[in-house]
Amino acid sequence: MQHGKYRFIVGFLAVPLGLYALFVIWPFIQSIYYSFTDWTGLSPEFEMVGFANYERMFDDDIFWKSLQHSLLFALVLPLVTIGLALFFAFMINVGGKRRRGGPVISGVRGSSFYKIVYFFPQVLSIAIVALLFAFAYNPDSGSINSLLRGIGLDSVQPLWLGDPGLALWCVMAVLVWSTVGFFVVLFSAGMASIPADLYEAALLDGAGRASTFFRITLPLLWDTVQSGWVYMGILALGAESFAVVQIMTTGPGGPDYSTTVMVLYVYQKAFRDGQAAYATTIGVALLVVTLAFAALVMRLGRRERLEY
Amino acid sequence: MGSTSDESRTPDRTTGATGTSTGTTATGPGRRDLIKRSAALGLISVPTMSFLSACASSGGGDEDKAEAGEKTAKNPLAVNDSAQLEFVLFDGGFGKEYAEDAVKIYEQNFPKAKVKFSATQKIQSTLQPRFNQGTPPDLIDNSGAEQMDMGVLAGKSQLADLTPLLDAPSFDDPNKKVRDTLRPGIVEMGQLDGDPVWIMYYAYTVYGVWYSQKALDSLDATYPETWDEMLAVCEKAKKKGMAGWTYAGKYPYYLPFSLYPMIGKVGGVEVLDAIDNLEPNAWKHPAVKACFEAYYELYKKGYVLKGTPGLDHIQSQTAWAKGKALFIPNGSWVENESANVMPADFDLAVSAPTGIDSSDKLPFGTIWASGGEPFIVPAKAKNTAGGMEQLRIMLSEASSKNFTTKVKSLTAYNGGTDGITLTPGLKSGVAALEKAGDNVVNPRLQDWYVQLQKEKIGVSGLGEMMAGRLTPAEAIKKIQGYADETAKDTSIKHYKHQ
Repeated sequence: MQHGKYRFIVGFLAVPLGLYALFVIWPFIQSIYYSFTDWTGLSPEFEMVGFANYERMFDDDIFWKSLQHSLLFALVLPLVTIGLALFFAFMINVGGKRRRGGPVISGVRGSSFYKIVYFFPQVLSIAIVALLFAFAYNPDSGSINSLLRGIGLDSVQPLWLGDPGLALWCVMAVLVWSTVGFFVVLFSAGMASIPADLYEAALLDGAGRASTFFRITLPLLWDTVQSGWVYMGILALGAESFAVVQIMTTGPGGPDYSTTVMVLYVYQKAFRDGQAAYATTIGVALLVVTLAFAALVMRLGRRERLEY
Repeated sequence: MGSTSDESRTPDRTTGATGTSTGTTATGPGRRDLIKRSAALGLISVPTMSFLSACASSGGGDEDKAEAGEKTAKNPLAVNDSAQLEFVLFDGGFGKEYAEDAVKIYEQNFPKAKVKFSATQKIQSTLQPRFNQGTPPDLIDNSGAEQMDMGVLAGKSQLADLTPLLDAPSFDDPNKKVRDTLRPGIVEMGQLDGDPVWIMYYAYTVYGVWYSQKALDSLDATYPETWDEMLAVCEKAKKKGMAGWTYAGKYPYYLPFSLYPMIGKVGGVEVLDAIDNLEPNAWKHPAVKACFEAYYELYKKGYVLKGTPGLDHIQSQTAWAKGKALFIPNGSWVENESANVMPADFDLAVSAPTGIDSSDKLPFGTIWASGGEPFIVPAKAKNTAGGMEQLRIMLSEASSKNFTTKVKSLTAYNGGTDGITLTPGLKSGVAALEKAGDNVVNPRLQDWYVQLQKEKIGVSGLGEMMAGRLTPAEAIKKIQGYADETAKDTSIKHYKHQ
């Protein structure tokens, strides 16, 4: 069977690899090339300018602010989302009280209903979610401030997206709200495949909910959590964060640059200011940040794989 | 910018794709999957780059232009009567009917010519690749959220000089040049630096302070001409539970619509020109300080509608139309944009901005009005003469009236309002222009330096000041810093008033 094995493999790989090279690798190389030019994006003429765009980027306060916000997104969002999702998934699948005659492990009462509810935001387009929350955050007649007024908190009427101290957190809350359901389902699926006898053994040993979670569930779910972490990081650095910042925030990107993120800055430079070359330079920086993030997550998350 | 259609001023509403893949393997993927994922992540991280690059690279230099036709009295631009004309319109707040009507006239005059007309909101996505290939259409309405930067286009020699059009006889009167039928400021706005006129702004926008005449009457007040009177009117309104002012808090670059002409009125046009020219210390002029302090007083005295800094343009206009606030700085498009929330008896009116007092340099009535809806003829178009001829048709009295009737806005054609019924806001705008006479100012920051005007001066300067987070002195210092930064930035093109 060794005969022709490689030809067989190559036959399968050639097309996907070719497509990958054409639509992923080649644009990457092109983009890096354009970051060394002064291309405007509006005419075919451009010249090489060496590292001028990079020098400019390192002196650009707005770039540093957007980098800072993007990093904060990549750090805080996965932490909060995955933490919440793990908690919800645990309660839905394992955390219930033991009922006489029931299965050894089960979720809290009504858990199948919660599972569906948590997943709801996932079926809404992120653009619609952002618009809905933009209405909710309206300080004059939005639902949040109306609710506050309704319960007698007339003096607590924050500006939400209009307040530089709150705006970024408001945006993050929307992203958490819209993505947590996906991870609940993902982790639920992972938990369902953990053998019940492990839990039974733990119960016999007298383990409570917390120690069951940290000693049994989390270690056996580690691979899923790790890939969820990378996936969430991508969302936080990429398209998702762009959509909410672009649609919801002041400016967009404000107030006072408090919500600007790297993807938004790429977009503004390329399509508003006619500075496509500089935009690709920021794009290259974004690429570096994203790859570094993935590498870091994989390195820190390296653990022995448990077989069961 | 400087465009009056709805889409052009509203923030870009483009949204990224919702990247929600479904990688749900029950047991969780192994290390190899993670590597694949991190590669996929690269794919997502630079989407803009890749699709940008898709449209660059080799541009064709094919110059198969249409031959010139015969120059006659009826055809002063020597249009080739059998050459195809391609016209791409921005399909925005003004719709496309007005342009289709004008295309019909072109087809009547040149029965052998085919006109390829299309309307889109995606000006940049459709046309950017065609500029890069060197095959742009013959006439473009370059407007909306996807407006192409005209400074860059002109700087890269992509635009045709419209001087032949301006010097051609007008459509209605062969003894009058097109240039002489236009409203003041239109030709200058089309110049970027030097004599060539690159842009023909077709619509004409009146900026100022918009209010309901009915609401003002109910307070027994007339529109205030000095700032003390303004504060008195706001106090009266406040007693009736109505805020004096509101504005598009999330897009504070609406504030200049009344603030800049006020600065012009108080300190003279030179102050505004110095600001546009990015001269050192232009913002430190006493007139600027006086006007900033006046606006800050509105905040200090609680005359600004609560929560305004968190409202977008639609939300603030809605609150204003519902009578929660009396005044709003805006442009003449507000009549169309707020039509569905404005009560029938609202009696919309616009006024030139209130000044400080009688020692102001210019009289009350000094107003900001300028062109919107920029039309361009690409230099590399095949039928540039046809593109200009189409514009000449649109600048006739009949076409202008047609536009005003259909979309409730004025055009660059000076006149064209006789014999048609005007809506309250439009009527008030025409009256304001008449009152202003020659005192029409035209600050250019919003066309010349979009980033400076919108996010730096607008959001980070004025927005912060009106939310009470900066004092006027701090705001001026910050804005002057931004202006100096822009003046020094070699990556952008700089302009000067002629």
